[in-house]
Amino acid sequence: MLSAGVDAVLAVDEAPNPWFDGSYVADNWDTIMGYLGEHVRLTIGAVLIGTAIALPLALLARRSRLLGGAVLGLSTIVYTIPSLAMFALIFPFTGLSATTVLVGLTAYSLVILVRNFLVGLQGVPADVQEAARGMGYGAVRRFWQIELPLALPAFMAGLRIATVSTVALTTVGVLVGHGGLGQLITGGFNANFYRAEIVTGAVGCVLLALVADVVLAGVERLLTPWARAGRA
Amino acid sequence: MTGFGDAIAYLNDPLNWTRRSGILELLGEHLAISAVAVLAAFVLAFPVGVALGSAGRGGGAVVVLSNVSRAVPTLALLTLFAVSPIGFGNRATTIALAVFAIPPILTNTYVGFRGVDADVREAARGMGMTRRQVITRVELPLALPLVMTGLRTAAVQVVATAGLAALVGGGGLGRIVNLGFGQQDYGQIIAGAILIAALALLTELALVLLSRVLTPGPGRAALLRLRDRTVAGQPEPTASGVPL
Repeated sequence: MLSAGVDAVLAVDEAPNPWFDGSYVADNWDTIMGYLGEHVRLTIGAVLIGTAIALPLALLARRSRLLGGAVLGLSTIVYTIPSLAMFALIFPFTGLSATTVLVGLTAYSLVILVRNFLVGLQGVPADVQEAARGMGYGAVRRFWQIELPLALPAFMAGLRIATVSTVALTTVGVLVGHGGLGQLITGGFNANFYRAEIVTGAVGCVLLALVADVVLAGVERLLTPWARAGRA
Repeated sequence: MTGFGDAIAYLNDPLNWTRRSGILELLGEHLAISAVAVLAAFVLAFPVGVALGSAGRGGGAVVVLSNVSRAVPTLALLTLFAVSPIGFGNRATTIALAVFAIPPILTNTYVGFRGVDADVREAARGMGMTRRQVITRVELPLALPLVMTGLRTAAVQVVATAGLAALVGGGGLGRIVNLGFGQQDYGQIIAGAILIAALALLTELALVLLSRVLTPGPGRAALLRLRDRTVAGQPEPTASGVPL
């Protein structure tokens, strides 16, 4: 046995190992869908929680220069921390669970979102705000009816970047066994470099990111009918 | 706190630094892989960015490339190169990282050179400068801040991503984290995470300082005038990479 394996050390050199294999996808459809479901749940959860935290944070950061600087500086630092380190540092608290991945992904989407939200809010012209105040708009109504619509393009741009990034980042969750489609990537690697499984996971991630981006672009179009009217 | 004390103990043990496959050896491997990858990406992407940006053509393709690259998980690319005929190991890792470093360098170089004022370019040509002189003496200094931003983004991203190579049989500091998971050693996991995070932050800091030194004009003293700077949010540039 050993002497036979001198020229072809790896099984990968002997057995056919195609990059694409339709039968793999058909045979493992339920497994793939399960990982896809986890991937989608983690992404949506991270972006939603990130938005829920980033919006009040951006509103606060706008009020004072000190707070704004602190928020931006901290977000740069968080953004620089590699995901491997991030998940490994959260792991002692939440263990080998999807929560570990969710917390890490939320942190990354949060820092992308808070920047874009802040830029959107700062982009609302001061005289428009003044006019709204002069017309007797309170703070809440001013936010909903004046600032939010004007800042919406920047908000949506942030949401799209955060979502696409989160889809790609979720794969690193394989570190704690909850990487969505990333499980297929490392699963195939560990199963004697099974290329069809790896490619399925990789292509699935890219397609998911593109679909998410197109959906959000559609939502943006629906939410900003005035932008369309101006162009037509 | 579970593990954090063990992590300090791990980092305090000199043997963990100096032994074979210890922190120092892995750090050297990590930095060597990263440096080669960034250099290769720069050599490939910078001339293309200069040519396209200087001519003002191909903007659509550059934007599409940088947007699509955001959607491709680095782990996927690392794994794909590892199972290709190149074989897993440092060579596959370096190639995958270089591929990922190209979009930020290309995009920022392109934007930097395209953004040079047409009047300035025309004036330089009117003074009798050759095309080469216009590029090296006029356009390059003006585009340098953005070129450095691209290089910094790429370098930080590569240093960060190199840690993932350990998941697919590569080397570098990620090995410590991966080994820790294999041995259920919390201290080792956290120690590795701290090292990788510190390396990424230091890379960012070093390159920020380097671009301050290299940038001509008033930007150079910006560190000293930090207090006068108004706080304004920067939108997440499409060109910058994902923190992997």
